[in-house]
Amino acid sequence: MSKFGRFLAASALMGAFATSAMAEKSFDYAFQGSLKSLDPYTLRETFTLGILTNVYEGLIKRGPNLEILPGLADSWEVIEPTRWRFHLRKGVKFHNGNDFTAEDVVFSAERLNSEGSDMKGRVPSDATFEIVDDYTVDFILASPNPILHYEWELWSIIDKDWAETNDSVRVTSASDTAETPISMMANGTGPFKITEHTAGVNTKFEANENWWNWENREFNIDKVNFTSISADATRVAALLSGEMDMVYPVPTQDIKRINSSSTLAALTGPELRTIFLGMDQRRDELLNSSVKGKNPFKDIRVRQAFFHAINAEAISSRIMRKQAAPSALMISPFLFDNADQFERLAYDPDKAKALLTEAGYPDGFEIRIDCPNDRYVNDESICQAVAAMMAKVGIKVNVNAQPKAQYFAKILASGGYETSFYLLGWTPGSLDSHNIFANLYGCRDDAGKGGMFNIGGYCNPEVDALAKEILVENDAAKRLDLVTQAYKIVTDEVGYLPLHQQGLAWGVSKDVSVAQRADNVLRFEHITKN
Amino acid sequence: MPMNKETGKKMSLIVRILDSDIWYSFTRSKVTMIAALITFLIFASALFAPIISPHNPFDLASLSLMDSLLPPAWSAEGDPNYLLGTDDQGRDVLSTILYGSRISLTVGLVSVAFAAVLGITLGLIAGYMGGRVDAIIMRIADVQLSFPAILIALLIAGTVNALAGGMDRERSAFTVLVISIGLSFWVQYARTVRSSTLVERNKEYVQAARLIGLHPFLIMLRHVLPNVMGPVLVIATINLALAVITEATLSFLGVGIPGTQPSLGTMIRTGNDFLFSGEWWITLFPGAMLAILVLAVNLLGDWLRDALNPKLR
Repeated sequence: MSKFGRFLAASALMGAFATSAMAEKSFDYAFQGSLKSLDPYTLRETFTLGILTNVYEGLIKRGPNLEILPGLADSWEVIEPTRWRFHLRKGVKFHNGNDFTAEDVVFSAERLNSEGSDMKGRVPSDATFEIVDDYTVDFILASPNPILHYEWELWSIIDKDWAETNDSVRVTSASDTAETPISMMANGTGPFKITEHTAGVNTKFEANENWWNWENREFNIDKVNFTSISADATRVAALLSGEMDMVYPVPTQDIKRINSSSTLAALTGPELRTIFLGMDQRRDELLNSSVKGKNPFKDIRVRQAFFHAINAEAISSRIMRKQAAPSALMISPFLFDNADQFERLAYDPDKAKALLTEAGYPDGFEIRIDCPNDRYVNDESICQAVAAMMAKVGIKVNVNAQPKAQYFAKILASGGYETSFYLLGWTPGSLDSHNIFANLYGCRDDAGKGGMFNIGGYCNPEVDALAKEILVENDAAKRLDLVTQAYKIVTDEVGYLPLHQQGLAWGVSKDVSVAQRADNVLRFEHITKN
Repeated sequence: MPMNKETGKKMSLIVRILDSDIWYSFTRSKVTMIAALITFLIFASALFAPIISPHNPFDLASLSLMDSLLPPAWSAEGDPNYLLGTDDQGRDVLSTILYGSRISLTVGLVSVAFAAVLGITLGLIAGYMGGRVDAIIMRIADVQLSFPAILIALLIAGTVNALAGGMDRERSAFTVLVISIGLSFWVQYARTVRSSTLVERNKEYVQAARLIGLHPFLIMLRHVLPNVMGPVLVIATINLALAVITEATLSFLGVGIPGTQPSLGTMIRTGNDFLFSGEWWITLFPGAMLAILVLAVNLLGDWLRDALNPKLR
């Protein structure tokens, strides 16, 4: 045996020894984005909230198919349209051994709406609370709200005593420089505890044997290591090399490569996020455009022309490599039962040209599109493709692609909505249409009061009125009808240009099984490893 | 040159060139001649890109998404229309390389010119004036020399892009690149010119010029400058290659030319995303083009350095 052979044999032996000594099963995974603060009210972002609900829990839970399940609340009932009673689970303990009681729920609800919280409104700010006994709590609302609890899976319940003794009552806002202890350590009720956290780099978790549902647990892993890897190629390489059990998202072009490996599989499925283009319908003159003194987007024919000019099929088949479903609506068809009644305006460049001519722009005009380049799947490529499609109908689109930090700082309310044409993605947090009408279609003023994420400033009082009705309507059939009516108006008026629901793509080792949720949240409690 | 008024004297210029040592050493070196030929071809194809390239990749209206990601023409799924295949937006890779090298070369030439003018001016002043002026200029140069050029370029490009957040990247990118590359390369010129100036300024012809009362500015420009240009030419040639590489690096890192009008570096960056998925042609061909261009220009620079070095004759 050669020297090298002996070395190989020796290391193989050592490897075998190491595996047998390690009875613990550890699950290593990487995500594109990073986890900074551990305070669950600091940042309203699906990934951050999602990873923290492995440690903290909400009153409700959602299963692998996003169905609503009891969480920290055993059951709930609507006693009166404006009074909800939640019966809390008994015998639940926080990681530090404290009991979970109604006090913690009320404390969390108040903290949620306090200064610095990014989660304001997830519990209506005008709601009041009544502690009936230690395990029963009433929410008294100003107006009926049948979907009160829809977004509560990602509303983490915090231990009141622990927060008070650890100086963590105050919420650490995202721009805060003075961090409170809760942004660096966690004390929840969930199935996993955080053992180590380096902000923005990696986080280590350990299974919590005192979890209330430990006996019925579905997972068999003891440790989870999360690492943030932002570069696509590096992330995929980490999976291919076996360093990671799972990475996500997988860039669309690498799905084939991963599936061709015998030890890996790409889990794909539709995501709930809708990618769309927004148009400034509020300013009197567009920013960064050749048209001066008026706003072409105020003319519905121009908006229709833009819609007709976009070939969403080509974007989804070529740029997204079929990992996207073209959409006629600003909501995923999984979340709206009458979605099949709506169709996209057909791809028709000639018609688009005719409409532009009719609107008084026979030679088109020039406009800039603002675009993130590290937020959504292939975001910059989509913008470039849109620019090419628009060029065919005479509209010169200048692509301004920026990293998400600069992009969001500019186009959102805090940046004064500094854009006239933009690409954005939206997942309704409540998984319900009302969220769309309130946030994306609701009239707003310059400061953002009203539809806070309605960057283009679309406004139709009729839609606002319908949205109010939708919110308080308890009858499911009537509600669906109202929602359909509202979508009818906003699609007829071309308030936005929806493109597609992007696809989810997780790269997973065949040794592990995970539940892929359509909101792109990974729950550790559904992970098993061979 | 004083002799450009009559055609007869122009002829004698060519004769002079053909008769010179440089031409002699040029004709002796096959490698140099090949390098010169390649450089010439690349410059010519970049210059005439709109005429010779089969498509216009910068004309967005001509792009079709359905033609995207086609492999080179010789492979099974290739399209003879697109000799080297297409990229993710349906741009013809061959045409994009021609147009892209045009951008790369323009950025390279302009930033080298910028660096040279800045460096020569400061070097002349430092060398001729001496004393405090010299000390200040050369200390700044020393400090800057302790940082790698790419780092300085990245710093400048990053700062300018952040400051001009609302500006149009497509329009500002070129200027930002030229400034950042130019500012990171001026030191070499300044140092070389200064040391040559130090030698020249004590020579009799300069003293004579000073004696007849010429303004120092005129002395520097008319008498000293022509005599220090030799080494500057060598640096400029080698720097051109470096500038093209720096431009590619900056564009690769995402602070350079944006994707709608790609330079070679931008093309390599875009193609890099497709390496795992097997679409190798998007990044390989621009990469090869960049390598060949830089190698050829570097070889020319090396030859020029040796040819102008009196010790090697």
